[in-house]
Amino acid sequence: MSNITNEGLILACSAIGAGLAMIAGIGPGIGQGIAAGQGAAAVGRNPGAKGDIMSTMLLGQAVAETTGLYGFAVAIILLFANPLLGKL
Amino acid sequence: MKIGSTLLSGGLANLGVLTQDSEVTFGVNGYLKYHLFGHEFELTTTHISLLIIMVTLLIFALVANRAIKKADPDKVPGPFLNMIEYMVETIDNLTKTNMGEKHGYKFANYIGTLFIFVLFSNISGLFGLRPPTADYGVTLGLAMITFFLIHYNGFKYQKSKHVTNLFKPILLSPINIIGEIATPISMSLRLFGNVLSGTVMMGLIYGLLPKIILLFWPGVLHAYFDVFSGAIQTYVFCMLTMVFISQQFEE
Repeated sequence: MSNITNEGLILACSAIGAGLAMIAGIGPGIGQGIAAGQGAAAVGRNPGAKGDIMSTMLLGQAVAETTGLYGFAVAIILLFANPLLGKL
Repeated sequence: MKIGSTLLSGGLANLGVLTQDSEVTFGVNGYLKYHLFGHEFELTTTHISLLIIMVTLLIFALVANRAIKKADPDKVPGPFLNMIEYMVETIDNLTKTNMGEKHGYKFANYIGTLFIFVLFSNISGLFGLRPPTADYGVTLGLAMITFFLIHYNGFKYQKSKHVTNLFKPILLSPINIIGEIATPISMSLRLFGNVLSGTVMMGLIYGLLPKIILLFWPGVLHAYFDVFSGAIQTYVFCMLTMVFISQQFEE
C-alpha cells in the first residue's frame, strides 16, 4: 500500500465522490413519491379529471427530478471528464 | 471551460478505468478528424445518429406529404393517412389547450417538429444508435431555441415591460435574472441527464453481464429507459417549452 500514485489517489477519491454525489437521488425520490401519492388521491376524489391530473403530476415530477440530475451530472463529470486530473 | 469542452467533444470516450478489460461502450466515439478555422473537430457518433434520424424523418415527411396530396376526399382514408391525421390533430390540440386558442395554433409547427425529433432521438437507443440527446451539445441547442422563443415573444407581447418586470421588487432582481438564465440550463440538463443515465445503464449491462443473460433481460430495461423514459421526457420538454412561452402572452 506504500506506492499509490498521485493519479491513482485522485481517481479513487473521484470514484468515492461520485458515489457520494448520487446521494442527491434521495430528495427527488421522496418528492416524486409524494407527488404520485397526491396524484393517486386526486384521481380517487375526481376520476373524471384523470388526464389533467396525470399531465400535471408528470410535469411536476420531471421538474422535481432536476436536482437529482445535477447530482448525476457531477458524478458523471467526476468519473469520465475529470477536471482534477488536469491539475496534476 | 475544460470540463465543458471535454464533455462536448467526446471526453466521455476515454473511460480510463472501465475499458481496460471489459467491453463497456457508451461514450461519444470520434470517427473522422478535420480542421476548420484552426480548431480540430471530429465526426462523432452523435452526428451519425443525428443524420440517420434526420434522413428517416425526411423520408417520412415526404411520404406523408405525397399521401396527403394524393388523398381522395370521397374515399375512406387508409391506415397511414389516419395515423398522420391523428398525429397532427393531437399536436394541434396539445398546443391549443396549453397556449390558448388565440396564440396556440401558430406554435403547432414548432412544437410538432420538436416533439417528433426528440421522441425519435430518445427512442433511437432501441435500434442500436447512441441517442443524440445523450450529448450535451444537442440538448443545449434545443434549450437555447426555447430560450430565444421565450424572450422574442416576451418583447413582442409585453414590449418594454418584459425588461422592467425583472426589476419589479428591486431587491429580488438578481434572483429574477438568475432564474431567467437558469431556464435553458435546467431544461437541457434534464433531458441530457435522463437520456444519458439510460444510455450508461444499458452500456454497463451490455458490457458487464454474461452473454446468456443478455438474451432476454435487456428487453425490459429497453422498454423502460428508451421507450417509457424517452417518451415522458419528450412530453415534459415540449410541455415546459409551451408553458414558458405562454407565460409571455399574459398581461
